Amino acid sequence: MKCYPHSDLTALFEALSQTAPLYLPTESDNGAVYTKYAAGVTYSASSNTRLSPKSFFFPQTEDLVKFRREGKSVSVIDERTEPEDFILFGVRACDAKSIDVLDRVFLSAPADSYYAARRDHVILMTMACTRPAQTCFCHAFGIDASDPGGDIACYRTEDALYLDGCTERGQVLLDACGAILEDCSDDHAAVTEQKQLIRARTERLPLASLTTDGFGADALDVLFDRPEWETLSESCLGCGTCTFVCPTCQCYDIRDFDTGHGICRYRCWDSCMYSEFTKMSAGQPRTTQMQRFRQRFLHKLVYFPANNDGMFGCVGCGRCLAACPIAMNITKVMNMLGGKEES
Amino acid sequence: MQKVTQAQLVSRARQLLDDGTVSRVLGWRRGDFSYDVTPAVFSDTGALERDFVFDVFCCANLSKYLIREANNDSKGKTLIFLKPCDSYAFNALLTEHRFDREKVYAIGISCGGMMDVHTTNALSPDGITGAECEGDTLVLHTLYDGDRSYPLPDVLPERCRTCGHGHAADCDEWMACEKTEPDEHPARYSAVDTLETMTEEERFAFWQEAFSRCIRCNACRDVCPVCTCEKCVFDNPKSGLENKAAADLFEEQMFHIIRAYHVTGRCVDCGECSRVCPQRIPLHLLNRKMILDINRSWGAYTAGAEVGQRFPLVDYRTDDPEASVRADGRDDK
Repeated sequence: MKCYPHSDLTALFEALSQTAPLYLPTESDNGAVYTKYAAGVTYSASSNTRLSPKSFFFPQTEDLVKFRREGKSVSVIDERTEPEDFILFGVRACDAKSIDVLDRVFLSAPADSYYAARRDHVILMTMACTRPAQTCFCHAFGIDASDPGGDIACYRTEDALYLDGCTERGQVLLDACGAILEDCSDDHAAVTEQKQLIRARTERLPLASLTTDGFGADALDVLFDRPEWETLSESCLGCGTCTFVCPTCQCYDIRDFDTGHGICRYRCWDSCMYSEFTKMSAGQPRTTQMQRFRQRFLHKLVYFPANNDGMFGCVGCGRCLAACPIAMNITKVMNMLGGKEES
Repeated sequence: MQKVTQAQLVSRARQLLDDGTVSRVLGWRRGDFSYDVTPAVFSDTGALERDFVFDVFCCANLSKYLIREANNDSKGKTLIFLKPCDSYAFNALLTEHRFDREKVYAIGISCGGMMDVHTTNALSPDGITGAECEGDTLVLHTLYDGDRSYPLPDVLPERCRTCGHGHAADCDEWMACEKTEPDEHPARYSAVDTLETMTEEERFAFWQEAFSRCIRCNACRDVCPVCTCEKCVFDNPKSGLENKAAADLFEEQMFHIIRAYHVTGRCVDCGECSRVCPQRIPLHLLNRKMILDINRSWGAYTAGAEVGQRFPLVDYRTDDPEASVRADGRDDK
C-alpha cells in the first residue's frame, strides 16, 4: 500500500498523467463525466459518473472496416492503429465489476479484437465509495463497495489518498510515481476504518435488503410467464435510456454506410428495447414491448448467469434508476418477481 | 389555486370504477423513493387504493398512453386525470385522431407544479431516501445530511416555473380546477431570449455542446405526445434513414433539429423532452424558439388550445400573409 499524504490530488494527477493520458470524473452541468486530465481539471468525488466508463472500451459508434471500390477491384481498408496506454481514475466498484462482465462477452473466444485492443491498454484505478447513493445496490450482486479492485484500489480520506496496487501493472504505475508516494502498511488504520464505514453505510441504504433470491441460471421456467411482466412493462416507452446508461449492456448492431465510392462498416450500441432489435429475415422475434422488456431483465438475471458461471449481468450501479423516464427499473423488477414475493 | 389531493382522486376513481363508468384508470404508481413515480393503469380498486399516488412527483404526462388505452379495440372507458399542461397534449392528440374520445373519461385537475427525478437529485446529490411536500415546502430525507427543506416554487423545473396555468381540455368533470385560457407567463421565453441575444458563434457553440452529449436513446421522441407516428422513420429499415448511432456530431444536430421542425406548430410545450433526457439537453428550448417564431410570423398561436386546430405550417387560407401561397399573389408583409 502507498500513501499520497495530501488532500489536494493535483500533484498525483500530474505524476500519473506524465506516464499516460489520465481520465477522471469531473463535475459538469450534466453531473459527473469522465474528462481527460490537464492542468486545472478538478476531480469530482461527489457521485458516480452519469454515464459508465464502458465507452472507453466499447464506444457508442466505431468504424470497423472500409471497403473501397476502384474499377473492378475492391480493397479492404483496416484503419485501426494500436491504442496507447491510458489510466482510468476514480472507477467505482460496480463499474470495475462491469468491465469483468463485458470481458466475458468480448474476450471469450473468439475475442473481439477491437474491444481487446483498448482493454489491454487500460490501467484501472478504482475508488472506494464513501458516500454510496440511495440508488446503489451493488451488494445485491456480491460487490463490495469498500473493496473496488482494479489495478490500483484507492481510498480517499480527508487528508490523504491510499493506493493499493492490486496487479503487477498497478504496482509498476505506483513505482513510476516515485517520491510523491510514501510506503504504508497494507492494513493502515485509516483504510480499515473507511472500509468499516462504507460497509456500515451500505447496510443502511434503502435497497440494502435487495437480493438475487429467485434469479439465476435456473430461474427461467419460473419467471418467464409471470403475469407481473405486463404490469411492470405497461408504461415502458421503449426508449434506449436504460440500456445506454447501463455499464454492462453490450448489444450492438453492425451496419454499412454507403460512402459513394465504397462502404464504411461500423458498429453502434443497440438496445433490446427498440422495436427493430435483432430483426431478421423472418421478422422481429419479440413483437411487443412486454417481450422486449422481459428480455432485458431476464438477460441480466437469468440468461447471462446461465452462460457465465452464475455471474449476473447487473452490477447495481443504479444509473437506470435515476435515468428511466418512467422510473421503472431492475430493482422494481427484482422486488416484484424475486424471492421476497411468494410465488 | 386549491390543490386536489390524492385521497380525492382515489375516491373519485374508485366510484367511477365501481359504478362501471370506466373500466380502468390511468394514473401514477408510487415508487421506492417517493420521487420515482411510474405511470400505471389500474383496473381494480385494491391496486388503486394501495399503489395510486398523486403528489408533487407525478410529473409524467399521461395523455400519450391514451393511444393504447382508448382506441377502437378498447373495452370500456379509461379514466384519465389531466393536469393543466397535459390538457394541451390531450387536445393535440384528439386533433390528430390518435385516440377515441368516446373511450375516455377525463377529469381536469389542478396542479401546483411538479418535481422530477433530475431536478430533485440536483438539489441534493447524495442519498435522497424520501421526499414530501408540506404546503409550499419540499422536504427531502437524505442519508448523509438529514432532512433538507426547500421552498417549492423556487426549485421547480423551469417548465413549471414558467407555466401559464391554462386548462384547455373539454373534460367530463373538474376537480379543484376549471377550463381556463392560458395566461402567458412573462418568463416563458426568457431562456429563448437569452439564446437569441447570443452571437451566432456563441449560439452554435451552445447547441454543439448540448448535442454532443446526446446518446441517441430516443427518450425525447418516445415521450413526446405529438411524436406519434406508428413507425418513426428512424426506426424503419425501409426509410433509408434508420439509424441507431450517434455517428457524429452533425448527425445528432440533425436528429434534434429535424425533430423540432417536425413538431413545429404541433408541439404543446409540455417540456417532457427535456424532463426525460438522461443527458440534460434542454430540448424544449428548440421547440419554444419555434413557438416564438410562429407567434411572430402568424400571430399568437397555442398548439392544443382547442380540438380541431389547423396547424400554422400546414394551414392554407386564400388571404395568407405569405405571397407565395396566396391566390392573388399579393404580399401583405
